[in-house]
Amino acid sequence: MNESVLLFSVITTLLYAVGTVGFLIYVIRTEKVIHRIAYGFLLAGFVSHTLGLAMLVSQLRQMPVTTLPQTFSLFAWAIVGSYLAFQLKFNIRILGTFVSPLAVVFMLLSSAIPGRVIPNSQLFKSFWLTLHVATMFIGMAIFALAFCAGIMYLLQERQIKSKSFGLLYRRLPSLEVLDSLNYVCLTFGFPLITIGLISGFVYAGAVWQSFWHWDPKEILSVVTWLIYAVLLHERLAVGWRGRRAAIMAIIGFSVILVTFVGTSVILEVHHSFKLG
Amino acid sequence: MDRIVLIGLNHKTAPVEIREKFAVVCVDTSGPLMNLTQMRALRESFYLSTCNRMEVLFTTPRLDEGISAVVGLLADIYGQTGSALKPYLYTYIDQDAVKHLYRVACSLDSMVVGESQILGQIKDAYRQATEAKTSGVILNRLLHKSFSVAKQVRTETRIGSSAVSISYAAVELAKKIFQELQGRTALLIGAGEMAELAAEHLLSNGVERIVVANRTLERALALAKRFNGTTVGWDELAEELRRVDIIVSSTGSPEPILSAEQVKQRMRARRNRPLFFIDIAVPRDIDPEVNRIDNVYLYNIDDLQGIVEMNQAERLKEAARAEHIIAAEALKFDGWLRTLEVVPTIVSLREKAEQVREAEVRKTLSRLESFSEEEVEAIEVLTQSMVKKLLHDPILFLKRTSNRERKDYYLDVARKLFHLDLDRSETEEEEDQLSLDSDKMS
Repeated sequence: MNESVLLFSVITTLLYAVGTVGFLIYVIRTEKVIHRIAYGFLLAGFVSHTLGLAMLVSQLRQMPVTTLPQTFSLFAWAIVGSYLAFQLKFNIRILGTFVSPLAVVFMLLSSAIPGRVIPNSQLFKSFWLTLHVATMFIGMAIFALAFCAGIMYLLQERQIKSKSFGLLYRRLPSLEVLDSLNYVCLTFGFPLITIGLISGFVYAGAVWQSFWHWDPKEILSVVTWLIYAVLLHERLAVGWRGRRAAIMAIIGFSVILVTFVGTSVILEVHHSFKLG
Repeated sequence: MDRIVLIGLNHKTAPVEIREKFAVVCVDTSGPLMNLTQMRALRESFYLSTCNRMEVLFTTPRLDEGISAVVGLLADIYGQTGSALKPYLYTYIDQDAVKHLYRVACSLDSMVVGESQILGQIKDAYRQATEAKTSGVILNRLLHKSFSVAKQVRTETRIGSSAVSISYAAVELAKKIFQELQGRTALLIGAGEMAELAAEHLLSNGVERIVVANRTLERALALAKRFNGTTVGWDELAEELRRVDIIVSSTGSPEPILSAEQVKQRMRARRNRPLFFIDIAVPRDIDPEVNRIDNVYLYNIDDLQGIVEMNQAERLKEAARAEHIIAAEALKFDGWLRTLEVVPTIVSLREKAEQVREAEVRKTLSRLESFSEEEVEAIEVLTQSMVKKLLHDPILFLKRTSNRERKDYYLDVARKLFHLDLDRSETEEEEDQLSLDSDKMS
């Protein structure tokens, strides 16, 4: 059983990697066929990923977040899933070029880091934890898309402002589309991480009899939430947009990365997926 | 065998004084077509006239007679002798004629390489030729092929994808900022040919409203009327920045008329919605510092000219790729033309029948293994004689066709009837016809 989970993870990583290469080729040779093939590989990767995760869940009988590799893999899955969903709506072909490398990086991280298998713990069997994990991961994945949109915006804006047009000028969509992608990601992602944080606190309160532990991960999570709260507020109140919104989305996701990856790997805290 | 000939003149071979004569005379394009049909040396003909070119494409069994007849007709139109017109004309024969038509259809021969109008003009001209029934088997196929080659070149190269005039470049940039121009408002400051051209382009690309500002109110009102827009007073110019999205400026003012500070103050009221300044005035109307403000983009005449030059260079590079496609397609057409003869048609008909026979015999024998050698032999002989008897009459018909006046027509029907051109599916022809029809409707 464990071996087939591993096999699925290898196949998934390979499919994502081939898709990424396809998306990179697409930058140089803008042909629909290449995009379709790359998209197909990513989709196939997602299907294989979903199967692998389903198998893992049926084995663990809980959310697949018991080890660090599992969480990275789940995050990659959430990123690809939200990308596939957003792509249906926005149809920005070049978006895959920016998103797919992220998925590959997280899959590789997932296989590079040794994960200790933890004995089946009652701690993971809670409605609040399931809600916390689901909303957090999807919310963060959507913010990963906003991060990509932010980078694309800055690249495109710099070309238009400086009047020097490179290879990407034609490939990248208009500033308007990139900015609205940023906004849509924010309106979906923000409620999700808000629910995620609240359910996390409720869960912590239930398990450790205290909502707040001054744990770095908790602090950084609240900082992340504040960043996106400010961005959303300023967008709605004074019409922040474009460059500033793009930079905020990039900063926000960077803090997420530090929170999610940094503290998990470096710090010994109760939130670090090394639960004892 | 009929020869394909193309005689014409274009912006490279003839000055505008000559071209406009044809353009004026040939507004009614059916006129020349009628004259062409009366020429006995010509079998099929097609006539194209635009402001930059005139082309006569025809097939003829007697090359010299056909050419001199057409040159004579053109000289009549021009009101001169044939020898006076000759220096301006080019004459292409067979493969070269095919290649030239493809190049024209792909807009490689145009004044602005990559422009897309020419294909529509060829389609119109072809429609007239089909209505006047001057085109036949060869030209029908050739014109249809020229449409599909043009389509192929357009999708496989980037020849038509970049803006090569200043107002196109401005519209393209606006689309990279705003995505679509529907519902946007443009402010026109000052007047001038280039500014008006830009305004026209913006309007035809979806800009909803034009606001005009001018130091003299009469001029402003006249322009506003022309673009169906409104006017704004010169003193309220800066305030108007709250409501517009694109500004085209071209006043003769010696100093800037809008400062960065004036623009910056209005951004909050705009809720930071982007502003796109197109400053085509020399000296410049808009403070260059404006480009530093967030969500504000400023392009002056040199910036736009730079884009145009870059795009032109790109087009030339893509044109080389297009030439390659055209050369390959012209060869293919030549290959088809060679099959439009009696002997090749009979050969391919026999080959096809033999292939079918062999395949069917093999299928039957593989299922029934109990046959003796003699029985197999008998089946072979039986099927062979059936095929031979069946083909006897069609082949006799085709042989007699050699002497018919409309040989290519019968050959074409025969090839279609037995489906001898494998590269040419029925659906392909239907599609060509459909694309022609849909153009007619639009």
